[in-house]
Amino acid sequence: MATGQSQVAVQYDYDIVKKFAVMSLVWAVVGMAVGVYIASQLAWPFLNFDIPYITFGRFRPVHTSAVIFGFGGSALFATSYYVVQRTCQTRLWAPGLATFTFWGWQAVIVLAALSYMLGYSQGREYAEMEWPIDLLILFVWVAYLAVFLGTLMNRRQPHIYVANWFYLAFILATALLHVFNNLAVPVGLFSMKSYSLFAGAQDAMTQWWYGHNAVGFFLTAAFLGMMYYFVPKQAGRPIYSYRLSIVHFWALSFMYMWVGTHHLHWTAIPDWTSTLGATFSIMLLLPSWGGMINGIMTLSGAWDKLRTDPIMRFMIVALSFYGMSTFEGPLMSLKDVNALSHYTDWTVGHVHSGALGWVAMISFGSLYHMIPRLWNTQLYSERLVNVHFWLATIGVLLYITAMWISGISQGLMWRAFDEYGNLQYSFVESVAAMHPFYVMRAIGGAFFLTGMLVMAYNCFMTIRQGVRSARLVPAQTVAAA
Amino acid sequence: MLEWLADAGNAKSLGLLIFFVTFCLIVLWVYGSKKRGARLEEHKHIPFLDEADDVKEDRHG
Repeated sequence: MATGQSQVAVQYDYDIVKKFAVMSLVWAVVGMAVGVYIASQLAWPFLNFDIPYITFGRFRPVHTSAVIFGFGGSALFATSYYVVQRTCQTRLWAPGLATFTFWGWQAVIVLAALSYMLGYSQGREYAEMEWPIDLLILFVWVAYLAVFLGTLMNRRQPHIYVANWFYLAFILATALLHVFNNLAVPVGLFSMKSYSLFAGAQDAMTQWWYGHNAVGFFLTAAFLGMMYYFVPKQAGRPIYSYRLSIVHFWALSFMYMWVGTHHLHWTAIPDWTSTLGATFSIMLLLPSWGGMINGIMTLSGAWDKLRTDPIMRFMIVALSFYGMSTFEGPLMSLKDVNALSHYTDWTVGHVHSGALGWVAMISFGSLYHMIPRLWNTQLYSERLVNVHFWLATIGVLLYITAMWISGISQGLMWRAFDEYGNLQYSFVESVAAMHPFYVMRAIGGAFFLTGMLVMAYNCFMTIRQGVRSARLVPAQTVAAA
Repeated sequence: MLEWLADAGNAKSLGLLIFFVTFCLIVLWVYGSKKRGARLEEHKHIPFLDEADDVKEDRHG
């Protein structure tokens, strides 16, 4: 049973939370700006300028790493350190180690970006970092686990709130995925290059076991942890069903690990692994929608907040996108659908409906909730939150609509035959047909980035306001004395 | 029986069986008793315990 020990005042360690929160905003701006740039390169290839450092191939992992690990990762560090303290009603364990996680993680993102631009890459999607950076990640991650577990063990609340279960699953699963996916032999002690321990079909299966579980545990479970704390807090009412959240957690944990092979349909892997991946993907629909319904129904009886509270709107729209992309994912994992969708822009659209619609929007909502509380002030402008919300929503919709049309057209063009059984379109014809949608995607991304800039400004002003009032209070106290 | 368990080729079926049974037991544990259910639902208030000024409404039962 939850106890009310909470009334005892605890001085939480917010310094580390503040640092990560600020850096998540910085990386969001950087990563999304690079994203818009590479989207524009696809629409207008001259933007490569024949400069090797900024060509699409090198810039693309800079974008993915900056948004997933820089923005998403920093937001997760910030919110997990915030949530674990507040729900355990205790201070962070080993603050020095927590500080190491901050500097270590920021170093990882910077080094990764620089190494990609210089042409170093393992060629493993979402794990392009070469082995020295992988080792640094390992140290940071073990420190993160130690801080999180230590804080949980020091808790003053007997029960561990469900959001922490999701965060812990994310930390443990990411450690497991990172270690096994990156098992490699360096070419030399002073060489950045290395060779993977896996080869052929095994290598492909290891990569997508990592790739999809990175989606499952980094981009889903962890952000569900965020959802289970910040949605109730912002709504001012507890989660709809705590029991459902428990079943949601275990079902998700049991099922996600099996689905990676749906990325490898119609390839040289054993057919049963492909079928297994598809079957578990379909089953995942149940816990995913259970979680979405649990989040959305938290607002049951207070739907008016959707009209009056733009932060709540961010969170509920994020959950709607979560529901939509977790419906689309299982659909795309069916072998026959995958035969059309795979290697096309439909996949890119699907990823972004999850990444922008779910991950980014739940993070925006949570950061808007958390930042004023960290600096003990009010949000600078709720109106700007509303502006951000519409820019982001229009941006995502433009992006995914463009990619749906583009992807399905691509798939259909690639499989079209003429009356003699020859391919009806050459590849370059399909590329030319995509051009308008690539422009549309870049515009959608620009909308989303503009919204992000509005948020960065709003948060900057909020923080400045908080810092100024914190300075004023001691000054007034001295004056009064 | 022991031979079947010791056969590495049956690891997949065995794994599936263990996970499925464990999951069913979890669901049974969560929804099997009204008293336990009510106790579990109490935990949803934890995020509100550390702030006196937080509004706590519970209209979901």
